[in-house]
Amino acid sequence: MTIASLIDTPSELTDSGSSKTAVVLMTRIRLARNLAGTPFPGWAKPAKRGEIFALCREALSATSALKRSLCVSVEEMTELEKQILVERHLISRELSGAKAGSGVVISKDQCFSVMINEEDHLRIQVLRSGFQLKKAWNAINDLDTTIEDRLDYAFSPKLGYLTACPTNLGTGMRASAMMHLPALVIANQMEKVVRAVNQLGMVVRGLFGEGSDASGSIFQISNQTTLGESEDEIIKRLGSVLTSIVEHELNARQKLLEADPAKLLDKIGRAYGILRNSHVLSSSEAMNLLSLLRLGVDLKVFPEADRATIDRLFIEAQPGHLQHAQKGEFEPGQRDLLRAGRLRAEFANFPQPNFTFTADGSN
Amino acid sequence: MPNPLKCDLCSKPATVHLTQIVNNKVHKVDLCEECAQAKGVTDPSGFSLADLLLKASLNPEPANLSGVRCEQCGFTPNDFKKHGRFGCPACYDTFTSLIEPMLDSMHKGTVHTGKVPQKALARKSLQDRLSKLELDLTDAIKAERYEDAARCRDEINEVKQSFGQPSR
Repeated sequence: MTIASLIDTPSELTDSGSSKTAVVLMTRIRLARNLAGTPFPGWAKPAKRGEIFALCREALSATSALKRSLCVSVEEMTELEKQILVERHLISRELSGAKAGSGVVISKDQCFSVMINEEDHLRIQVLRSGFQLKKAWNAINDLDTTIEDRLDYAFSPKLGYLTACPTNLGTGMRASAMMHLPALVIANQMEKVVRAVNQLGMVVRGLFGEGSDASGSIFQISNQTTLGESEDEIIKRLGSVLTSIVEHELNARQKLLEADPAKLLDKIGRAYGILRNSHVLSSSEAMNLLSLLRLGVDLKVFPEADRATIDRLFIEAQPGHLQHAQKGEFEPGQRDLLRAGRLRAEFANFPQPNFTFTADGSN
Repeated sequence: MPNPLKCDLCSKPATVHLTQIVNNKVHKVDLCEECAQAKGVTDPSGFSLADLLLKASLNPEPANLSGVRCEQCGFTPNDFKKHGRFGCPACYDTFTSLIEPMLDSMHKGTVHTGKVPQKALARKSLQDRLSKLELDLTDAIKAERYEDAARCRDEINEVKQSFGQPSR
């Protein structure tokens, strides 16, 4: 398998948009694991890093979940390929800038990816569309147990899984959900939400930093601490925080609709107009417009069947994917023209907005 | 300002000031522009305030650790101050007195209660037992305690079998 074929293959993230993913777009869990008696990647000498990479690569490709997977080292990837994998959440920015002897193994369906020699020897990740914390945990727990058959993990009964950074000790687990919260952003309530979530020991990240208006109103919420609680407890706690954020978002939508429906529908209608007709679009503006259309699908302004198109474009409007589709590397200014062109083409045949749903008061 | 804030990481004048509230505690970090860039503060998706807070909480280092090196990997407390990461798993034993005070403010508890790699641990305990038996065997042969030696050899075979390895 190659990166090019991976990009052109449908994946959980790009092709499974449904009403089940209305507010929580995707769930992600990662586990940090290290090899016993082996220096951590940041401290290991280059030759040792090479050994670790070879050892892990072999152990990983022997598991059934990672059969016929894509395995590449950072040296083998172009900058554009790395950027695309970052945009798909399959590798981290840190890995894309890592020294030789680092790489990633990605399962055929792109649900699993295991980074080798990022901050820890292994960063095992599972990705599921929608709100599926428990399923995601079961899947990654199984994969982790299979890997454990082949590799000796560094583990202490008191501190749990030993990680390069003490902030990941214990379970080594970071569970997160990517949430689409346009109404909370429009109603200026995100700051309040971020503060409340922080107090509960969870972290909110947006594209432009904590508490700010994230591009596309997409936020990532994850657990902050990893030691002193079991995986199940962390997942349960995160799950209830996420559920309450979903409720707040839905309430905020209801309130916006009741207070000033024209204002909200105007935003959605204008977004539709711009996406169909604009000639220069930055990535951040495109995200914000797509976000409004996505909200439109939730409000039945657009058919449910078109949600998947919008979710796919969230990814494909990113700089890396855009350049890949255009088969070249372009300056940001040129990219904005290409992006607008691409979205004009995509939306030329998109259904007209149906604003009548509010007339009878139902949605 | 008569006394400008210094960067928590490199002591240049700080121009980036971050505040985060975690578990009702206010944490503040001051950084110079370069460190802010290097730590990805301007790139929020890859940025963890927790890591920075961790380093900021490391001053001053415990006196009893100065000059201590990890026997396994040669890591020193100073390296930790610089990198914010440890050198190898054994560092957690070597620098216990440095780590324990941090854990309290960093995590919900200080003792792991989650998943345990049962299979890997079982493998390790078998491995440890094997090493011990092999030592015993050598000792027994040296001391011409042949009955003990025979018993050790049998046990070694047993352990090897439970490993799934053919005995020699």
